[in-house]
Amino acid sequence: MAGMNLTLKVWRQNGAEDKGRIVEYKMSDISPDMSFLEMIDVLNEELIQKGDDPIAFDHDCREGICGSCSMYINGEPHGPEDLITTCQLHMRSFKDGDTIYIEPWRAAAFPVIKDLVVDRTAFDAIIQVGGYVSVNTSGNTQDANALPIPKADADAAFDAATCIGCGACVATCKNSSAMLFTSAKISHLALLPQGKVEAQERALNMVEKMDELGFGNCTNTGDCEVQCPKGISLDNIALMNREFLGASLKSEK
Amino acid sequence: MTKFVDNIPEGPLADKWTKYKADAKLVNPANRRNIDVIVIGTGLAGGAAAASLGEMGFNVKSFCFQDSPRRAHSIAAQGGINAAKNYQNDGDSTYRLFYDTVKGGDYRSREANVYRLAEVSANIIDQCVAQGVPFAREYGGLLDNRSFGGVQVQRTFYAKGQTGQQLLIGAYQALSRQISKGTVTMYNRHEMMEIVKIDGKARGIIARNLITGEVERHSAHAVVVASGGYSNVFFLSTNAMGSNCTAAWKSYKNGAHFANSCYVQIHPTCIPVTGDHQSKLTLMSESLRNDGRIWVPKKKEDSQAIAKGEKTALDIAEDDRDYYLERRYPAFGNLVPRDVASRAAKERCDAGFGVNKTGQAVFLDFSDAINRLGKDAVEARYGNLFQMYEKITAENPYEMPMKIYPAIHYTMGGVWVDYNLQTSVPGLFAAGEANFSDHGANRLGASALMQGLADGYFVLPYTISNYLADDIRTGAISTEHAEFEKAEKAVKDRLDFFMDNKGSKSVDYFHKKLGKVMWEKCGMARNKKGLEEAIEEIKAIREEFWKEVKVPGVQNSFNQELEKAGRVADFIELGDLMCRDALSREESCGGHFREEHQTTEGEALRNDEDYTYVAAWEYKGDNETPELHKEDLKFENIELKQRSYK
Ligand SMILES: Cc1cc2nc3c(=O)[nH]c(=O)nc-3n(C[C@H](O)[C@H](O)[C@H](O)COP(=O)(O)OP(=O)(O)OC[C@H]3O[C@@H](n4cnc5c(N)ncnc54)[C@H](O)[C@@H]3O)c2cc1C
Ligand code: SF4
Ligand code: FES
Repeated sequence: MAGMNLTLKVWRQNGAEDKGRIVEYKMSDISPDMSFLEMIDVLNEELIQKGDDPIAFDHDCREGICGSCSMYINGEPHGPEDLITTCQLHMRSFKDGDTIYIEPWRAAAFPVIKDLVVDRTAFDAIIQVGGYVSVNTSGNTQDANALPIPKADADAAFDAATCIGCGACVATCKNSSAMLFTSAKISHLALLPQGKVEAQERALNMVEKMDELGFGNCTNTGDCEVQCPKGISLDNIALMNREFLGASLKSEK
Repeated sequence: MTKFVDNIPEGPLADKWTKYKADAKLVNPANRRNIDVIVIGTGLAGGAAAASLGEMGFNVKSFCFQDSPRRAHSIAAQGGINAAKNYQNDGDSTYRLFYDTVKGGDYRSREANVYRLAEVSANIIDQCVAQGVPFAREYGGLLDNRSFGGVQVQRTFYAKGQTGQQLLIGAYQALSRQISKGTVTMYNRHEMMEIVKIDGKARGIIARNLITGEVERHSAHAVVVASGGYSNVFFLSTNAMGSNCTAAWKSYKNGAHFANSCYVQIHPTCIPVTGDHQSKLTLMSESLRNDGRIWVPKKKEDSQAIAKGEKTALDIAEDDRDYYLERRYPAFGNLVPRDVASRAAKERCDAGFGVNKTGQAVFLDFSDAINRLGKDAVEARYGNLFQMYEKITAENPYEMPMKIYPAIHYTMGGVWVDYNLQTSVPGLFAAGEANFSDHGANRLGASALMQGLADGYFVLPYTISNYLADDIRTGAISTEHAEFEKAEKAVKDRLDFFMDNKGSKSVDYFHKKLGKVMWEKCGMARNKKGLEEAIEEIKAIREEFWKEVKVPGVQNSFNQELEKAGRVADFIELGDLMCRDALSREESCGGHFREEHQTTEGEALRNDEDYTYVAAWEYKGDNETPELHKEDLKFENIELKQRSYK
């Protein structure tokens, strides 16, 4: 099969201080079997040959699990397909002659570092105020099977725990809210007996931190769930609100 | 020739670690906060080590090149983690896990290290469950297990196909907790560029801030290298794009021996290459081999018709299918170890039975499992893997058998360490995939995660304390020391060179070229002639690289090409060492298959008489031949046998 010809319109921004602009690139003979990032590799190789600066973008595992890749493609985080990350997107999702807009995540809490690379350390900061079980790592805990956990709870905790911390939920939200990300961690731990003990305090601290870092409020538009590559459910937000409310009531006493 | 001091405690195998812990020196809690430890890497090994050392009260500095410690390559592990819990009551025990690991490693690992690993394995599961790792459970609420390549007990714990992710998030959470307590300072988007030694001891590193390009000095009383494996020397592998050997290689160039670099694991179940644009290979967890059956057509015409797209797997009658693993290895069938399964696939494809355009693919078929267990049960076990396969290939594995081919996956070799996980440089430790320690010539499936967490949570906290007990009076290490000056200058000179060089070829050009030589001549099968050629070819690549490499952009800013340039420069040198190591080992064992040494049936032929040793290489200077040191392996508890999976 002959390759595709494409027009790319890519956000270029040389550092946090630069204003940034869209730059157009023509691509030819792109194989449908290529991944989206491999297509950018090809473009970058051409740019290097010409002596231009290649496009900076975050990526590592290239199999949808590390959460590094983060491109806004034609107005959608991670592009047009559902339940995948940018690195899992393949060029067969596009057709000959297409124009593709590629931009970074945009959110006050995720400042641009360069081109498509943004700073997502705010997510780490949210986890650091309570996204863990307060247990030491000595290994001298009780036997792993001493406390059976209903399969349904374990499975639900697992589903919440599959969040890859990519930030697509924030990028797609008109308020730049980090609710889906934060609630996924809160539910993961609240659903397990090991994490239940600290659940309310955890919710309180993480939500407070989220607000402090400049993420917006949640107004239940639900875009995050639609765009999340891991299918993290809005139910987590409801669960988080319960823990948060419980905690707020207590702290008012 | 240096004498090897493996520092293995005296006494019976089963008592060594208990005795070690009882005798180990401790640092008084009040002194710990005055002692700095640098940990390079936030994968299972580094993340667990930094969290544990921080928790003990040491002042830890943790480094990773990704934007967050949660993204370390460990996140990608799919299948599971071994532990000798014997929850299934199928006869498992510490001894059996130990035995299986030594046997699986083709008798090229150190008994005492492996025994310790098996011994602490059960605690890993307790620890992870306590942290909230959501392992798969049975309906009764207890933990579920599966069996994994090459063993006959069910000792593998898993979390769907995302075990690495869940374990790493557990370690990341423990690390985050310490960061919030101020015991660990996190340096993400930082690349370690050089080790700093003062008076023979590791006392710090030079790192580059990948956002600003600034070159920084960091001092410490001990340095841990937990930077992962070096599979990317082959360019195409299942490792993450950024996985690199730089930290391990700088350790080597500063006096740490590099051991067994030729032991490379090929994973039998990866998605085949589609074209020149290929940037990495995707693994399908080998847990798939529990229920999938591997085959190629019996008739070459059928293979050719499939390759041309005239037929599909479904057109091949049952009688015309060759389930070659079941045929050749009736006892283990599709569950033979990775190296055996990989070579068998290559053998069929080389003989002309491959089933895709490139001729380099075999079928992995689930139709029997779907008939036997039902589609739902298969989906529950492998749903996300099937989904991943379909996303990449646009074929539905519930209907059409998967196509798979072997790819480079894991490196057993690494920085030489003693029982303390200390390298030949005092104060420099190596953990996880970066060291050579536990898997001998071949690693069992689901044992890397186990080793990473064992090293980080349970071994280093004792051995590093033991080392640091002598350092309580040293005081802070000054970064003004002349050795820091010298190391920083070397790093800056190299960065300046890359920026100033007026070359014509990108870094990737050299990386791909190196990868091709390594895959063809130092890959799944090797021979003397090929390895000698490879050494010459790598020499030429190296010369061309330093003349022609072209790095765009500027030094003091975010510059991914500059990052890659340094990594590839190190890979080129490592490639040379790997070929030398492979050349010097005149036997076939585990992940090292020398064509000259095989049985008439094409099975690997070990030479225990002459090669029951660890090959530890010492750096002698840039254009000097490295020196080979041999650490003899003594087997006091296990009798050496020729592996047989028939
Ligand atoms: C696709 C895949 C599936 C796998 N599945 C399994 C499985 O099911 N079971 C199993 O047991 N094993 C599995 N493995 C193997 C296992 O995942 C790895 O061996 C293990 O996770 C390595 O952990 P680590 O902590 O040693 O290193 P990594 O997780 O590789 O971490 C390396 C760390 O070092 C940092 N680093 C590296 N270089 C530098 C530098 N120069 N400066 C600063 N930081 C640096 C990185 O940022 C990273 O944080 C799998 C491997 C792959 C590729
Ligand atoms: S909730 Fe989904 S979109 Fe948000 S960070 Fe997690 S995986 Fe990404
Ligand atoms: S590169 Fe890891 S999720 Fe895309």
